[in-house]
Amino acid sequence: MRPALVVPVALFAVVAVALAVGLGLKPREIPSALIGQPVPAFALDPVENFGPGLSNEDLRGQVTIVNVFASWCVPCRAEHQLWVDVAKTGLPIFGLNYKDTPANASAWLAQLGNPYQRTGADRQGRVGIDFGVYGVPETFVIDHNGIIQLKFIGPVDRVALETQILPKVRALQALVQPAPAR
Amino acid sequence: MIGLRRAALAALFVAGCAVLASAQGLEPVLPDPAQEARAQELHKRIRCLVCQNQSIHESNAELARDLRAVVRERVAAGDTDDQAVAYLVARYGDWVLLRPPLNGRTLLLWLGPPFILGAALIRTGVYFVRSRRTIPEFKPLSSEEKARVAELLGEERQG
Repeated sequence: MRPALVVPVALFAVVAVALAVGLGLKPREIPSALIGQPVPAFALDPVENFGPGLSNEDLRGQVTIVNVFASWCVPCRAEHQLWVDVAKTGLPIFGLNYKDTPANASAWLAQLGNPYQRTGADRQGRVGIDFGVYGVPETFVIDHNGIIQLKFIGPVDRVALETQILPKVRALQALVQPAPAR
Repeated sequence: MIGLRRAALAALFVAGCAVLASAQGLEPVLPDPAQEARAQELHKRIRCLVCQNQSIHESNAELARDLRAVVRERVAAGDTDDQAVAYLVARYGDWVLLRPPLNGRTLLLWLGPPFILGAALIRTGVYFVRSRRTIPEFKPLSSEEKARVAELLGEERQG
């Protein structure tokens, strides 16, 4: 085979494969800059009647899930029952209520059930920005040391829960011993 | 009288345009015009994460509005341009910049196109140089060849 024939065909194949892979990527899912970073410092009052409140200090000592939700967010409604089910297994799930009104948030949790051991009402959305939230729902898995280990963007369905979130939680639970307090 | 009314209408028109021209509309701006101008220049460099191909300067999304306020806050707090941008990059990653920085992960993005252009130019140059070389050089005819040509031409004329 002459290289003059092989080289263009090979180049074309490389470009075609790269573009095919690129087409399959989801541009909506922006990789988080915060993986491997400690959770930002914050302290929030609870959603009315669904306390206690939430701060970064609550995210240490055990593997936790932080679920960012809002009553105005339709996909949050879709995933909510799943969190209610997961909460029954005893896994600590904390709710970050993003840019919501207190009345709406309370009514929402009263109606759909409250899976959250603690809630934080982020009415201005500033804690959300510190977490790099750009669309709700978003879900974070946080390890014993308060380090963000996984971010899931969009509504969690059963497949995502079983294949991504829970395996991460179990791996972290098995792996990490609580670090001595600094 | 007519002149006055015209002037009033013109003033109203200009004021209306000014309001429409800014997507921010009634947003609180910084009291210091120089700082506000700096904040707005920074807004143009920050990607709106909801709409993705607009800057937060252009976007009406709620998150864009919040991020504009954050940038104003950082500028007012005395951040340099780089510090204000770094504040957002720490939370949202390089992706939040409309102009990606040159680093290990973006090397291919920045250097790929110039590399391909360079390779194509070099290959084209090589092609032309080679093709020129293959044209046989012009040599004047030897006396034998001249005689042969004259002979052939002579035959043709006779025939």
